[in-house]
Amino acid sequence: MPRSLVPPAFFVERVTTRCIKCGVCVRQCGFSVHAQAEPYGEVVSTEENCVGCQRCVVFCPTRALRIMENVHSVRQHPNWTAGVIHDIQKQAETGGIILGSMGCDKDYPIYFDRLALNASQVTNPAIDPLREPMEVRTYLGSKAPRVEVKRSGVTFRLQKPMPIGIKLETPIMFAAMSFGSISKNVCEALAKAATELGTLFNTGEGGYHADLRKYAANSIVQVASGRFGVDKEYLEVARVIEIKMGQGAKPGIGGHLPGEKMTWEVARTRMIPKGTDAISPAPHHDIYSIEDLKQLIDTLKEVTDYKKPISVKVAAVHNVAAIASGIARAGADIITIDGMKGGTGAAPKVVRNEIGIPIEVAIAAVDQRLREEGIRDEVSLVASGGIRCSADVLKAICLGADAVYIGTAALVALGCHLCGKCYTGKCSWGIATQDEYLSRRVNPELGVKRLVNLVNAWTLEIKEVIGAMGINAIESLRGNRLHLRGIGLNEVELKVLGVKPAGESM
Amino acid sequence: MQTQLIDACGLHYQSLNAYIRKAAGNGFQHYTLRNVNGQRFIGAGLSRSIRITIHGTPGNNLAAMLDGAHIEVFGNAQDGVGNTMNDGRVIIHGNASDTVGYGMRGGEIYIRGRVGCRVGIHMKAGLEKSPVIVVGGSAGDFLGEYMAGGCIVLLGENLTPAESVGKYIGTGMHGGTIYIRGEVPRDRLSQEVKVEYVRFEEDVKLQECLEPFAKAFAETFRFTEAFSKITPVGHRPFGSLYAH
Repeated sequence: MPRSLVPPAFFVERVTTRCIKCGVCVRQCGFSVHAQAEPYGEVVSTEENCVGCQRCVVFCPTRALRIMENVHSVRQHPNWTAGVIHDIQKQAETGGIILGSMGCDKDYPIYFDRLALNASQVTNPAIDPLREPMEVRTYLGSKAPRVEVKRSGVTFRLQKPMPIGIKLETPIMFAAMSFGSISKNVCEALAKAATELGTLFNTGEGGYHADLRKYAANSIVQVASGRFGVDKEYLEVARVIEIKMGQGAKPGIGGHLPGEKMTWEVARTRMIPKGTDAISPAPHHDIYSIEDLKQLIDTLKEVTDYKKPISVKVAAVHNVAAIASGIARAGADIITIDGMKGGTGAAPKVVRNEIGIPIEVAIAAVDQRLREEGIRDEVSLVASGGIRCSADVLKAICLGADAVYIGTAALVALGCHLCGKCYTGKCSWGIATQDEYLSRRVNPELGVKRLVNLVNAWTLEIKEVIGAMGINAIESLRGNRLHLRGIGLNEVELKVLGVKPAGESM
Repeated sequence: MQTQLIDACGLHYQSLNAYIRKAAGNGFQHYTLRNVNGQRFIGAGLSRSIRITIHGTPGNNLAAMLDGAHIEVFGNAQDGVGNTMNDGRVIIHGNASDTVGYGMRGGEIYIRGRVGCRVGIHMKAGLEKSPVIVVGGSAGDFLGEYMAGGCIVLLGENLTPAESVGKYIGTGMHGGTIYIRGEVPRDRLSQEVKVEYVRFEEDVKLQECLEPFAKAFAETFRFTEAFSKITPVGHRPFGSLYAH
């Protein structure tokens, strides 16, 4: 085998005077970077294996380790960066598609960071959320633009049943992450945290583990092109059913869970042979048009006797506004738009980094289009893909979202350090793995606490900020772009986002 | 057992299916639908012990997500028969169109006539379930695409194998078995499958699939030629496609 020209991506620096040769780093690393011939013996490191997840650094009891990016492996060049050269070398050696995990790591502008929020001063009072009630509760589903009642004497009867509204105590939900891509412990932490928070979690497309069905009242179940785990019971236990048409990290391509992560338990939940790659076809082969999508929505409604709201999740692509209009007209109750910065367990890097549009512009375009067509109230909009903090949630809502999904942020709360190697199944943090030894690292109970803390903290921040704006209900913020101002954005960007530049008054 | 006769002429699918669901809830088990003319989703999600006999042409997604009911059609069916079906039996005394048994997880579909494209796409098996599709006539392109489990049998009655089946058989197949009567031309098979030839008398699985099919249509079948038995080459058709 000729020598690989791909240099190690990271350097492992061990301060030998501090190292007590305890072997913690050896045991903590899922990628077999550190090795010890005998207990308390010399520790040697294979740097080629290092993914920079920092697990060993965090757990080293004497702080003897540092992991540093190998930025000098190639001559510094503005066009031919280390990443570009390493990918070329890898492909020259393997002939394969470069695989990536987590979200897009390309340096696109982050519009959230170019938008500033408003506050009340003098002319209208700010509200102190510590002393006055603030409403962050929101409802997902069609909003019944008109109510028809029939009066007989003193009683009124609804002519048509009211659409189902799903109550969320906070507008933050946990995004679709399948059992298979993440461990059962992580699935359980997300499910239980959603239950405690009064919000929803999403099973993703890999079926719904029988042990976690006790949290079904707070579940969104996915129907994706692979139809893994979809049966009548799966649909009936769920609170919401989501048809997954696309994912922000990989618009236009299907799912692919590598065989490395296909343990018997994952295989059983998905009903496919152990060790196989779980493949979701790129399209649903029964959906080639909006009319066909309507047919699947109607099928799911028929099967569940019209008791479940149906969400349709699409990736944010160039034509997303027209697509969303079609989805609304096809009878969906909720539309989820997943932006190009959304995460994934595995996707070709070229797809993850190059396809789609950012969630900020997508949600603004969709909200605007649905308003223009007079159908905005017939659906709820959920924004996802790159929501990092409470400010992003607020700005997404100002741009037109009813609620948001967080995926990566939730995993970061559980320990994820964004090394982007989910597809290997070797996650040292015990999150994106099915390895029994590794996955025990996430204690579901402690995980629940961290997730609940995170969402509660964001919710408090949301209350603080809307209070500062003089608003006492999140509903008043939805699509309220007057509370946003663009900083450093050109005229076209401002127009697409529907916001004024900073400095221009109401 | 009392059978409910329903004249479906001019009925919207929502009214028809809601009526069946409600009557089933009240204990009615057997239904005979007459003059069915394109109503969609008939039998969608219906569970065990319900029997529906259909005269006419049911619309798309007949027996979608079927959960144990038995449905028999005297006529042709359209797209999506047994879409994501979980359990039960569908018998069609005519032809059916595209994506029969898409994502099918269990139960049986027997079609006397022809079927369209992408039949048995992403069929899977497990949890003591293994779905079966038997087709008496021909099938279109992409038979058994992404197939992960279960069994498809194509008899191609009165046709040569070249006439009975389309192109790209078993594309992305990684589990399950496809039987096609006669020797299928190699260029019809995808790269992900291998083929061997078996005699009907010697293959127990094939016999098990065909016995209820013969019974459903009250016919007997005798086969002089061998069957092409198509199985995946490996469990990971796209495993070597990626660089890490």
